[in-house]
Amino acid sequence: MSNVPTELKYTKSHEWVRTETDGSITVGITDHAQELLGDMVFIELPETEANYTAGDECAVVESVKAASDVYSPITGEVIAVNEELADSPETVNEDAFDTGWMFKMQPEDAGEIDELMDAETYAELIAEEEH
Amino acid sequence: MSPSSSSAQRTPLYAQHLAAKAKMVDFAGWEMPVHYGSQLEEHHQVRNDAGMFDVSHMVVLDITGSDVTDFLRYLLANDVARIQTPGKALYSCLLNEHGGVIDDLIIYFMQRGMADNGYRMVVNAATRDKDLAWIRQQAEGRNVEIRERDDLAMIAVQGPNARNKTHVALGASIDAARELKPFFAADCSDSKDDLFVARTGYTGEDGYEIILPAEQAGAIWEALLAAGVKPIGLGARDTLRLEAGMNLYGQDMNEDISPLEAGLSWTVAFTPEDRDFIGRAALTQQKTEGPANKFVGLILEDRGILRAHQKIVTEHGEGEITSGGFSPTLGKSIALARIPTAATGHCRVEIRGKQLAAHIVKYPFARNGKSLFD
Repeated sequence: MSNVPTELKYTKSHEWVRTETDGSITVGITDHAQELLGDMVFIELPETEANYTAGDECAVVESVKAASDVYSPITGEVIAVNEELADSPETVNEDAFDTGWMFKMQPEDAGEIDELMDAETYAELIAEEEH
Repeated sequence: MSPSSSSAQRTPLYAQHLAAKAKMVDFAGWEMPVHYGSQLEEHHQVRNDAGMFDVSHMVVLDITGSDVTDFLRYLLANDVARIQTPGKALYSCLLNEHGGVIDDLIIYFMQRGMADNGYRMVVNAATRDKDLAWIRQQAEGRNVEIRERDDLAMIAVQGPNARNKTHVALGASIDAARELKPFFAADCSDSKDDLFVARTGYTGEDGYEIILPAEQAGAIWEALLAAGVKPIGLGARDTLRLEAGMNLYGQDMNEDISPLEAGLSWTVAFTPEDRDFIGRAALTQQKTEGPANKFVGLILEDRGILRAHQKIVTEHGEGEITSGGFSPTLGKSIALARIPTAATGHCRVEIRGKQLAAHIVKYPFARNGKSLFD
């Protein structure tokens, strides 16, 4: 059973979102997602200052198995990306919820974050997928 | 990523896979291990030491009868007349009349354990039904018996230490296999059991493919585990064969692609010229006209991952990747591709709207534990 930290918000497409004290958000893919995808070998991150609408494809994770899109969980601007992943994509496998973060965004409307799934709902979603 | 369906078949080693914490997926109607934790680690395990694959889903056919050699010389693009030494193996394509590939296979000439002058053929699981229908149709009216050996399991043990560890695990029961040359097999059967050991594989490493009664597979798997052979999933099997430059049926070739366009010219025996085989006329014509495409290796220079079906742009026209991925041994992305015959040197590969730089190389990329590129 995958790890689902309670302090984070989640999307149906398996991104996690952490709200920082300055109102920005940090985004990554969940432990469940990395487990399904297998060993990561390349991660294509968005450009900083790029603007995305919720649901837009904004990054790509390539595992030994396949390429998968990562979607912007909210509408806003990318303010930072995790450069470490260029040389160490395996960080996403090892620590999906912390050092394996992918990018930070400044949300246009903070209210959008509240509409994302909480940990309990996300845990139910992946439990269903596993059956 | 689709969860394995409940109707999928299970090999005799299913319990062993679960015990080794395999991630099971549906593969050609079989519930098979894709990895046991890390595909990358499994890949390196085979290149550097020894790993084993459950390939019991593959189809073993024993073919006998007084017409068998004539029949196989007509059926296959390669010539079984080349393997009239007991135990000798041959890789061949099974072609249709247009020279397209129905399947690829390994065939062994057998002396012991079966009727005289018999052959053991191993074909792909995904093509089982169409292969059998085709082979049976071609065999009509000939004195040939085709036996599907679903009573057998198959374990491939591969890696630089694979043979030594297998000798330790299986002891005297495989004495007949110890001195085998590459691409030869030995029938190690005793009076009651079939045990067939071939020095063949699909990884570019030394090792054995062991065909044995299904009910003994578990015990032999456990003995190999105890000797330090680690279980390897289908995921690493694919990256190992890609590095070794070995074709995968359905990806690198299919019924619309001839062996001449799939890098498999060496497996088509045009001599002797009086041997008629299915697809010969079509291939001869292609050969005369000169094939428009050639089959090559690619190494990506930019960051990214080459994948099947990506478009290649060269000065001489477009091509397509047939198999691609990350090469754990090279630490770069590699691919097998079909490109215009005249293209050499550098090319571009279209990945998500961008054109990335790659260079055209002669495969294999890695063999016998080592990268063949710096």
